[in-house]
Amino acid sequence: MEFNFITVAFIVFSLITLGGAIGVVTCINLFRGTIWLMVSLFGVAGLMVLLSAEFLAAVQVLVYIGAIAILFTFAVMLTRSITSDKMRFTRVWVNVISAGILFVLFALGVIYPVWVANAATHFPVTDAGLATTTDLGVALVSGSQFVLPFEVAGLLLTAAMIGAIVIARDADDEGN
Amino acid sequence: MDCPGLCEALANGGVNLGLAQFISLFIGVVLVSGVPLVTVIFLIWIERKVAARIQDRIGPNRVGPFGLLQTFADLIKLLIKEDITPTAADRLLYNAAPLVSFASVVLIWAIVPFTPYHYGVDLEIGALYFVAVASLGTLAIMTAGWASNNKYALLGAFRVVALLVSYEIPLVFALMVPVMLAGTMSMVDIIYAQSSMWFVFMSPLAMILFFISSQAETGRAPFDLIEAESELVAGFNIEYSGMKFGMFFAAEFLHVFTNGILLTILFFGGWLFPLWNEPLIAFAWLGLKASVLYFISLWIRNTVPRMRIDQVMWFNWFRLVPISILNLLAVAFLVKVMQELGLAPRDLAQATLGEVLPMTIILFLSNVAIAIGLLGQVRSVGRESRLATETAQTATAVGD
Repeated sequence: MEFNFITVAFIVFSLITLGGAIGVVTCINLFRGTIWLMVSLFGVAGLMVLLSAEFLAAVQVLVYIGAIAILFTFAVMLTRSITSDKMRFTRVWVNVISAGILFVLFALGVIYPVWVANAATHFPVTDAGLATTTDLGVALVSGSQFVLPFEVAGLLLTAAMIGAIVIARDADDEGN
Repeated sequence: MDCPGLCEALANGGVNLGLAQFISLFIGVVLVSGVPLVTVIFLIWIERKVAARIQDRIGPNRVGPFGLLQTFADLIKLLIKEDITPTAADRLLYNAAPLVSFASVVLIWAIVPFTPYHYGVDLEIGALYFVAVASLGTLAIMTAGWASNNKYALLGAFRVVALLVSYEIPLVFALMVPVMLAGTMSMVDIIYAQSSMWFVFMSPLAMILFFISSQAETGRAPFDLIEAESELVAGFNIEYSGMKFGMFFAAEFLHVFTNGILLTILFFGGWLFPLWNEPLIAFAWLGLKASVLYFISLWIRNTVPRMRIDQVMWFNWFRLVPISILNLLAVAFLVKVMQELGLAPRDLAQATLGEVLPMTIILFLSNVAIAIGLLGQVRSVGRESRLATETAQTATAVGD
């Protein structure tokens, strides 16, 4: 591996990601756990910047840290007994074994094929030739590309939102 | 990776290329984050002076000429104050929250183009970056409220987060209007797209929506539920003292001015001075426009009373959000139709005033139509509630 400042940045962001992930699973306080989750997601955003995917990085921060993780903290804080209690999951060995099996499956099924395929033709990521945000926007609305999946996803999200509103509505409000 | 200016000089002087790039980037980062840090010291003085004048007082006038050094005195006081951490607090998060709060504002300055040649970075996704970074401020307040382990702090944080999350929606919808008009999210290109017409004339509603929701995002009156002293003791920052408390406030003061600058860039043409691209003139012009908007923000803050939490929420969900969605749809539809008809230029940066004028007039009229509809609706609601009150009064009078 070539040693330069990009490598240093990669190592720093990897440590942030992994450290945050370790924090999530080892923290006995749930609120701290969600904060560690944000740290980990932030590290992933940094790795995306290193891969010249700034758009994805910004979306990562906006959607995961700005919206989903904030929602997590809301849920944790609103559940009064959880914020004060120190929770500990007791069946440690079951977790360790299942996590180990999952890791092996992941390594064999995802990392190994990609690693082998890329080892022959590995080249550094450059800005040249990469798709821009404009390309992404065009791809989402052009008839020959992803317009149908995009519309289906939009419909699904709208349906989910309406469903959430219907469920959250008070039964007493029906008359009004 | 390219290597211009200082980096090139260093590399030619025999420094390792990677190190030269790192040093020049590092100096740039220090400069860009240094500007807001120095600015905020004087902003606090301006804010106190303006507030004093509006309330018929003189304001700080003892330390230095016109009280200019008052902030430095306050700063020293805050720094040497005892730094208290509550015993039951979560130490790590308690100490991290003020830093995240301040960083969320300073990070915005990375994409601010000060002049045609001076900016931290010209991100292709500038507008999205702004929204992403600003959402970290919410996180800081939530963390501060929870880590203090105080029920008033937690209650304050709940109210604030509800407010911030809600007002982010009209803010983003209003932000999308200039992005759509310019056809880019880069702040530099958004300025260039306004070279013949400011976006405020194309969509004044979007400007007003952005102004109101950014006022709410900074937690200024009439949305100052963040530190409603009479109701929440001090809100989420009740347990903080010394410089940690100071950092929350520095972040707030700076955020107001940052919003002025962002409004200038998005709606008032940024540094574009007619026929004159000198960096100093451009910088002064941007600063002047941002200062005027900043002054209006202070003016509103010192004039209007605080709204109740339910009023704030109602105002957002029943007024700002529907209007911002309607405005966004109208602008998107009209711009596309006009482009197809040939009334609007496809590249605003190259267009002349004559080419932009029809588009501006139509978009402006669409905004006026939305505003008239809105005012009519407000009027009928007002009349209904007045009638209801009068009927109730008559009924009481008859009952007597």
